[in-house]
Amino acid sequence: LAFQTIEIGGPPPGGPQGGVLRGPDLLGYVGIEAVLDQMRRKTMKAGFEFNIMVVGQSGLGKSTLVNTLFKSKVSRKSCSPNYEEKISKTVQLQSVSHVIEEKGVRMKLTVIDTPGFGDQINNDRCWEPVLKHVNEQYEKYLKEELRVNRQRKIPDTRVHCCIYFLPASGHWLRPIDVEFMKRLGKIVSIVPVIAKADTLTLEERTEFKQRIRQDLVANGIQVYPQKENDEDAEERLLNNTIRESIPFAVVGTDREHQVNGHRVLGRKTKWGIVEVENVAHCEFANLRDLLIRSHLEDLKQVTHDVHYETYRVQRLTAGAVHQGGPNGSDLESHL
Amino acid sequence: MIARRTVLQWNVNVKTPGYVGFANLPNQVHRKSVKKGFEFTLMVVGESGLGKSTLINSLFLTDLYPERIIPGAAEKIERTVQIEASTVEIEERGVKLRLTVVDTPGYGDAINSQDCFSTIISYIDDQFERYLHDESGLNRRHIVDNRVHCCFYFISPLGHGLKPLDVQFMKAIHNKVNVVPVIAKADTLTLRERERLKRRILDEIDEHGIKIYHLPDAESDEDEDFKEQTRILKASIPFAVVGSNQQIEAKGKKVRGRLYPWGVVEVENPEHNDFLKLRTMLITHMQDLQEVTQDLHYENFRSERLKRGGRLSSHGYVLPLSPAYVPLCLPAFLP
Repeated sequence: LAFQTIEIGGPPPGGPQGGVLRGPDLLGYVGIEAVLDQMRRKTMKAGFEFNIMVVGQSGLGKSTLVNTLFKSKVSRKSCSPNYEEKISKTVQLQSVSHVIEEKGVRMKLTVIDTPGFGDQINNDRCWEPVLKHVNEQYEKYLKEELRVNRQRKIPDTRVHCCIYFLPASGHWLRPIDVEFMKRLGKIVSIVPVIAKADTLTLEERTEFKQRIRQDLVANGIQVYPQKENDEDAEERLLNNTIRESIPFAVVGTDREHQVNGHRVLGRKTKWGIVEVENVAHCEFANLRDLLIRSHLEDLKQVTHDVHYETYRVQRLTAGAVHQGGPNGSDLESHL
Repeated sequence: MIARRTVLQWNVNVKTPGYVGFANLPNQVHRKSVKKGFEFTLMVVGESGLGKSTLINSLFLTDLYPERIIPGAAEKIERTVQIEASTVEIEERGVKLRLTVVDTPGYGDAINSQDCFSTIISYIDDQFERYLHDESGLNRRHIVDNRVHCCFYFISPLGHGLKPLDVQFMKAIHNKVNVVPVIAKADTLTLRERERLKRRILDEIDEHGIKIYHLPDAESDEDEDFKEQTRILKASIPFAVVGSNQQIEAKGKKVRGRLYPWGVVEVENPEHNDFLKLRTMLITHMQDLQEVTQDLHYENFRSERLKRGGRLSSHGYVLPLSPAYVPLCLPAFLP
């Protein structure tokens, strides 16, 4: 086999050399852009899937935040008819799926909630059901990928993003926060947020965030966006800005109020209205922009190219069957 | 800890009441594809002298074979089919395309062409095998896709349709690669002869059960122009083309063409030949050609290969043994 790269842009003097044909060198226009158009048409047609997990104690506003993020009643709370907020005795994972549409783009959004997390008296190992769920999705995908006759498009139930809610204590990360994020940060993209941040003044907020960032580094916790996954200088620059402002201090609500003649999402109190989408008030808009407008695809890619691959390598090199899947039991018991 | 998972509800096609921003998702995908670039492998098969190389040069406005020496008849007698792959990187408006053209000199040259396509089929299978090996490996970060995405099969305009070699070859590869039949040197035919030849070839393709590449129909929501273009393309198969490396002065401008005493055949004139149609088809369907290769031809190869057994990667990992899976830890097979 003879592989050569050809240089164009004038009569080649010697033999062929390696090179890249650039636009003006071409003796005309080939029209490669049309390929991108086709791709766009196809991806839009196929639709997108996004799986987001929310983790945190009761009452931190998880469901409200998700509803605010997607401007629809997509959380478990909004979907159960006779919902009564009760602390569940065990950690349970509940998934709700919706297909939402915007400007012709359809997205199947799945929100995985974790009621009961951190609510018990003894919260020892409350992260285990979450770990298990995440790994089970990877296992499911891997199994499908290894089948002899596999599906054209493997259904993707892997968790693309895990929003971890930190109570706005103003102090440090709590032991449960450290334990959870340490373990989950290795297998899924965690986005920590400071919940119900309207209890912190701006100063308190800045200090709290700094302390959290220090805590994260001190404990070796990996949060999204991870430095190793920056592909080029441009991305690194953008992601550095993000890394310097996490965790985002957010406030969520589904109520609207009149402010200066506009209707805005906000929480009304006697001393003023906290405008959720106002960046001077809280960082909800930053979170939304990160998760949805700019890094949605990246979150999916990191899940597929990094986290899933890590899981796959571990599974494939585990050797003996007894090493088993997420249940710790033989794989065969899964079939 | 019990973890129970329930899917509570399915809400289909709820339009978000405000602007969330995930309509920006196609742009995110677009940006990543542009960064990544495309790879495409095109194989050209046909007897010597049918203008394959000239056509490839015309298609991509390059000179892929600058120092070509055409062997004489004496050398051709004993020659077996060679595989020559040339790679060129084309960049246009920021989109990078890494194009590999696989030429098959010697095809059909020998006096006895009984066995001239086994080399070609082995090449195609080798690329599949290599990809399967990479895909099953542990480090999947930078898999190079050298699988043949499309095969232009050149038919001589001098006969009355397909020759026995044409039929045999196309039947041998139609389950492994997308076959696009092309009538070469179409300037030896009048318009009427061309139409007759096309119809004859299509009938014979049908008769022998040859599966050529079918352009997908335009979706109902595409614009009229695109639909019309697709209709015209589908109606013109097999494309009757003329290629040229020379620029001729005609009607005051320079055109690619062939100068005869009786006139100039313009390569890029749709009234003279189907060259532009072939190029349009290739560019607009490049993605579809890749997808069909991945989803159909490669998956067929993969299932067959896995059923046959044999070790695929340097490690033998144990997988669940059930009819749907194949143990990938059988004795070594690959060199």
